[in-house]
Amino acid sequence: MKRIKTPWQEMGLSDQEYEKILSILKREPTLPELGMFSAMWSEHCSYKNSKPVLRLFPTTGKRVLQGPGENAGVIDIGDGQAIAFKVESHNHPSAIEPFQGAATGVGGIIRDVFTMGARPIACLNSLRFGNLEQARVRYLLNGVVDGIAAYGNCMGIPTVGGETWFNESYNGNPLVNAMCVGLIENGKIHKGIAKGVGNPVMAVGARTGRDGIHGATFASEELSEESENKRPAVQVGDPFMEKLLLEACLELMETDAVVGIQDMGAAGITSSSCEMAARGQSGIDYDVALVPQREQGMTPYEILLSESQERMLVVVEKGRESEVTQIFDKWGLEAAVIGHVTNDGYVTVREHGTIVAHIPASALTDDAPVYHKESRKPAYLSETEAFDPLSLAEPNNYSETLKSMMTSPNICSKEWVYRHYDHMVRTSTVIRPGSDAAVLRIKGTQKGLAMSLDCNSRYVYLNPREGGKIAVAEAARNVVCSGAEPMAITNCLNFGNPEKPEVFYTFREAVEGMAESCRALETPVTGGNVSFYNENQNGAVYPTPTVGMMGLLTDIDHATTLSLKQEADRLYLVGINTDELGASEYLSHMHGLNTGKTPKLNLEAEKSVQNLVLNGIRQGFVNAAHDCSEGGLAVALSEMAITGHLGIDVDLPDALRSDVLFFGEGQSRIVVSIPEEKRALWATFTATHQVPVQYLGTVSGEQIIIRQQGEIKIQVTCDELHRLWKEALPCTLSKH
Amino acid sequence: MKFAVILFPGSNCEVDCVHVIKEVLQEPVTTVWHKDTDLSEFDAVILPGGFSYGDYLRCGAIARFSPIMEAVIAHAKAGKPVLGICNGFQILTECGLLPGVLLRNRSLQFICEDRFIRVENNLTQFTHQYSKHQVLRIPIAHAEGNYYADPETIEKLESENRVVFRYCDEQGNLTEESNPNGAMNHIAGIINEAGNVLGMMPHPERLSEIILGGDDGLALFESMLKTWRDRI
Repeated sequence: MKRIKTPWQEMGLSDQEYEKILSILKREPTLPELGMFSAMWSEHCSYKNSKPVLRLFPTTGKRVLQGPGENAGVIDIGDGQAIAFKVESHNHPSAIEPFQGAATGVGGIIRDVFTMGARPIACLNSLRFGNLEQARVRYLLNGVVDGIAAYGNCMGIPTVGGETWFNESYNGNPLVNAMCVGLIENGKIHKGIAKGVGNPVMAVGARTGRDGIHGATFASEELSEESENKRPAVQVGDPFMEKLLLEACLELMETDAVVGIQDMGAAGITSSSCEMAARGQSGIDYDVALVPQREQGMTPYEILLSESQERMLVVVEKGRESEVTQIFDKWGLEAAVIGHVTNDGYVTVREHGTIVAHIPASALTDDAPVYHKESRKPAYLSETEAFDPLSLAEPNNYSETLKSMMTSPNICSKEWVYRHYDHMVRTSTVIRPGSDAAVLRIKGTQKGLAMSLDCNSRYVYLNPREGGKIAVAEAARNVVCSGAEPMAITNCLNFGNPEKPEVFYTFREAVEGMAESCRALETPVTGGNVSFYNENQNGAVYPTPTVGMMGLLTDIDHATTLSLKQEADRLYLVGINTDELGASEYLSHMHGLNTGKTPKLNLEAEKSVQNLVLNGIRQGFVNAAHDCSEGGLAVALSEMAITGHLGIDVDLPDALRSDVLFFGEGQSRIVVSIPEEKRALWATFTATHQVPVQYLGTVSGEQIIIRQQGEIKIQVTCDELHRLWKEALPCTLSKH
Repeated sequence: MKFAVILFPGSNCEVDCVHVIKEVLQEPVTTVWHKDTDLSEFDAVILPGGFSYGDYLRCGAIARFSPIMEAVIAHAKAGKPVLGICNGFQILTECGLLPGVLLRNRSLQFICEDRFIRVENNLTQFTHQYSKHQVLRIPIAHAEGNYYADPETIEKLESENRVVFRYCDEQGNLTEESNPNGAMNHIAGIINEAGNVLGMMPHPERLSEIILGGDDGLALFESMLKTWRDRI
């Protein structure tokens, strides 16, 4: 017999939480109030399950101007300039309706950034899908990419980087993590705060409709067969409206009329009103009947919980309403006064004057429930850790193995994806997608920004703590290879159902690992987002803490790509080859095994390697740099060769088994290409660092030749390998 | 030389055009709001790329009704230069200053990448700083760049040497693969009969500085400037 759910259970609240609501209000909640509690106490808005763990992150540092808790983090880049940046997930909506889900994910994160007063200058996205052999997965990939393109291109914000990664664990649960980066004048940062009793509260931008109602609650449960019925909980995006809103808001913020501003994102006007009131320790009193509406007959409940896109809540100085209206009128947008700031600590919602909700702002925000979840090491780990990759037979033809590796969906060219995205608009993209990190110049200065967004979730699955450490370290390595000093991160923590102790264990361990790297590499966390319940009847996704790293180039001329540049350059490995083959793309792609030990990361070694490479780039030694990640050293060398259309001839002296040496993913390794004429200076330079540096060979000819102890093990033409690598993804997508 | 860059709601390449003119060409430039109606003080007008009015309808179909368009047409009729890039080209065809139409790309996908185009006519005021049949590497970024016109119009454009740019490969050959969007006769840019209104899908403003990977686009702006200087 199916138990009938109570109204609060229908909205995702527990009986215990309902009791708490009764004790706060000292009465039964109204339906709108219940909806507001449900949305604000959802994991998506309240972080009730993740808060105690997130406190482990270091969040301060010399550059941090705004840490977690605001719409986006802000870091100082000198000369009176700052960068606002943040990443956020839109996984659940994308699983149901990929185009709109991904599009509105992009729209939401862009709003988070320009809400701070920043001009968005770049977007990145980290996408994860299941097995491309499945028609549904291909449908999701196509829809998500089209949605991102449709929104980002129309906004005129270049989509410059990110990753697209495939693994069976994402079959039913794709991950769509969108990041936005904005440039702002230091001192002109705006916050989501309501203060000044009597100041008007205005709803600006798009009208409110019935789309996206209860999206935040939907995002806080597992996907099931019933999820399809929740399609109405997916919002619909209008990038043209957002472009107008962006220009209007930035123009408005040029005046000093704005007291506070916040985007109406998850939980719509409910979250923006109560969060702004809570931050200002004030109150807000507003009338939903005054909110511009798209359709007739909307109830207070619907207006409060609508997640219609492209809307903002603004508190302005009293008496300056007409300035706001004028600017929004110029851009063809509405701006309506819907209420005012109070000092009673309450969010008071009326309909035509009659109170329909009256809740202490803090009850919906800071005082939301916090849970300390049970944690248990998953049983699978003892099995995967015991696996010995050397028990597998060695391949008998390494050239063929390399060719196959280069066509792996996780290694092959992602050009098919990023050519959908305008990655050049605003004419600042100095390093385009496809290198270790994207690099943008900052016009009017000699500075540049490097940015990357990625995570190897297989590492996290096989060792949550080490995987978390690597996620941060590899992101830092990516920006270092591009010539930048790592500054700070934002992160998107995508996990399964936190009520399962095994899932919670991976979450806590991963965060601890990330925090350790953040401290060691001096890259604090300035914000981010937690996405739980990425799980369906077939299980959870791999634990995926995506890391968005920002790096600063003191001189844009330091911008360095992975492509080899000229014949006769000398190739060196900074770092050492190890005997680790576990958790590798090689095991996954060639043997169908996602198992073994995640490589170990020594943070001291990592720092030294990064320092040497960054100094080397700054002193002008380095023509190309690339870190060893998926596919190991052989793949890293091949990527450098084929993207530069130049051959290589290298000889590896290591006595390791060849598959381990070529494809093992030992950490803290970067390959650099040094001009022949700087050979002696480079030797002197590296001798001053306590880092192992090994000569590998030269850039020469049109073939990729890799020897081990003198014997040729791999020999393929650059052209052939380039073609295989470039065509792999479009071929897979078109063969069905 | 005073440039005006028209800003429609939804334009997004106006800052790139302004940047090239101001910082690279070092000439005065003003962004003109689409509701303005006077362009008499300007020597040249640029309609930039982007998504005017969201391009939810046919690209450029609403922008042509913007108040500024009467002034743009008057500017063109007066023989002064008008350059439409990408969405600007689409608007020029919608308002009738240029013939034909830009259809969805053959692949039905948005495409952003560097492409090669060949200078077919280097005797125009926009291209005289290039040599004939010079191959340029220039980015495209559009979903509707597939040039189409009826056979008579194509014939007329060809016979009057008004196809200014054609998509080609790196060597200048008109191969099937070198045509990114299915444009008729590989057309990437055309000019009006009077020779003062140029529409092109590729973005010369995006590759006008070496730091961005190339500057093949710059000579187009330099051509405009030199023509103007020679006239005064």
